Amino acid sequence: MRDPARYDYFPLVDRPRIRWPNDARIAFWVCPNIEFYELNPPDGQGRPIWPRPYPDVLNYSLRDYGNRSGVWRVMEALERFGVRASVSLNAAMCDHMPDIVDECVRLKWELFSHGIYNTRLIYGMSESEVREVIGDSVRTIVRHSGRSVAGWLAPALSSTETFLDLLPEFGIKYTVDMVPDDQPIPIKVRSGKLIAIPYSTEINDIRIMGVRGYPSDRWAAMLKASFDQLYREGEENGMVLCMPLHPFVVGQPHRIAALHDVLRHVTSHQDVWLATAVEIADWYLAHHYDEAIRYQVSATARRP
Amino acid sequence: MTSARLTYPHRGLGLDHDWFSHKPTHKRAPITWPGGKRIALWITVPLEFFPLDAPAQPFRPLGGLPLGYPDLWNYSGRDYGARIGIYRIISVLDRLGLRATAAVNSTVITQYPRLIDELAQRKWEFLANGVDMGRVHHGGLKVEDERGLIRTAQETLAQATGAPVLGWHSPARSHSHNTLTLLAECGFEYVTDWANDDMPYMVTTTAGGLCAMPLTYEWSDRVLLVQHSLTVEDYEAQVMQAFERLNEEAGHYGSGRILSLSVSPWILGYPHRIATLARVLTRIMGGGSVWHATGMEIVAAFKSQLPKS
Repeated sequence: MRDPARYDYFPLVDRPRIRWPNDARIAFWVCPNIEFYELNPPDGQGRPIWPRPYPDVLNYSLRDYGNRSGVWRVMEALERFGVRASVSLNAAMCDHMPDIVDECVRLKWELFSHGIYNTRLIYGMSESEVREVIGDSVRTIVRHSGRSVAGWLAPALSSTETFLDLLPEFGIKYTVDMVPDDQPIPIKVRSGKLIAIPYSTEINDIRIMGVRGYPSDRWAAMLKASFDQLYREGEENGMVLCMPLHPFVVGQPHRIAALHDVLRHVTSHQDVWLATAVEIADWYLAHHYDEAIRYQVSATARRP
Repeated sequence: MTSARLTYPHRGLGLDHDWFSHKPTHKRAPITWPGGKRIALWITVPLEFFPLDAPAQPFRPLGGLPLGYPDLWNYSGRDYGARIGIYRIISVLDRLGLRATAAVNSTVITQYPRLIDELAQRKWEFLANGVDMGRVHHGGLKVEDERGLIRTAQETLAQATGAPVLGWHSPARSHSHNTLTLLAECGFEYVTDWANDDMPYMVTTTAGGLCAMPLTYEWSDRVLLVQHSLTVEDYEAQVMQAFERLNEEAGHYGSGRILSLSVSPWILGYPHRIATLARVLTRIMGGGSVWHATGMEIVAAFKSQLPKS
């Protein structure tokens, strides 16, 4: 397909206004990716999983750092600033490292599905295989945490043409698999209702500090600049800023101070809604979804 | 339809291998360093030989020669480290009264005669860093060939220095499935290839135990200055942040922490960078409660505090 055809072109300029609770200008949400990378995942997944042949001790251990040290620093930082997170969770973490998942539950963090393992991609899977992955991940997280799962991010940014159509079958309300906007938007699916919540690859710690190697203070500056811009724009129309994190990147001792710096900046502002992703989704679905659909229908009708 | 992609053979409590367990750093028993210091400063200096004709398979190590054969530029640039850079580093460490742990490719001993003697005189520790940077370890090696590489690296170095060689660093942290077992079999005490912790932990193999030591990758000069192309100002700021955070956590958890610095002669030994190394080390030594130690000294202190099993 040439166009995923999941949303039509409705630019920000004349969209209906989004009003967040208490007239906040911006909904800010934090998304730690808590992941398990297998040392020896199966081949034939559409691309190699590890840059080196088995056992890639260097890259495996760098990621394991997140679970042994990094994630605990991220938890401490967020708790200190009174910010809850929405975790993009590889469901197998419930089986392998329940200590970490239990701590997320204690912190009242939201848990949403990031597939089973970060070393299991969905590329090339049939719909029934993708259903098995989504269903298994949702059931595992619900069973372990006792709470429902409302969101989805495909493992390691993998995808198929139709996985979005399957999400509502499992009670999933929002996806963060696309980044076309600074506001939630309706996503067209075969049946049921789905919205996209803004996420980010642009200011993602793994891209900025892990891949490009920016120093941590420069990453913090990018986050703060994004926040300041959206905070200004949010006076006209409510905006969303997501801070995606990878504990094995930002949780390093030479970087964690930058996370404190960003959180200090965000929480020092008045008109911020410190939300979880599901809170943003629920608010949007209750107050703005129908209006957005009506607007899109009438705007389309007006087009030549 | 049960494809391998939907079967999960290791999905259960703990890690997906048997070498060590999942136990977060701050939940393990506190460790006290000699004199009750908060930070053990562990300086490692890789002494490497990058052969001109090293194969790029199965992968090229970070620092491996990137241009077409014969890559005289990078080959001679690495040699700069052994001819000039290392002596600047020695002089900085001498001035500050610090000893390092040299991670030595055994080929260095014949390729750069005299260098080892300079370091041995200063009572540096020597850990084996394989044969050379063209000989990475990987699953395609026969077990007896890999054992040969390990024994050659260990014995050549022990002979040249007159001291037992107890620590191991694989060239570019490369392993096969057998590497840990072979290291235990050869009598190594510690391995420095796993970048998953701030503190030592024990590894189990069928040939005995090993201590995993947290040699830094993330704030090594190789990653910050070469891979990420940072300036020395940024390098200094990042290393100092690591030090400050670990120092703070040592106080918070009432347990010593390790600050590992990896100092490569062909990176920090250049005239435009050496002053930064001197300043970083001066700031760390003056910045609090620091015990400077070699790898084996840290391992010994750590192991003496493990519960007897």
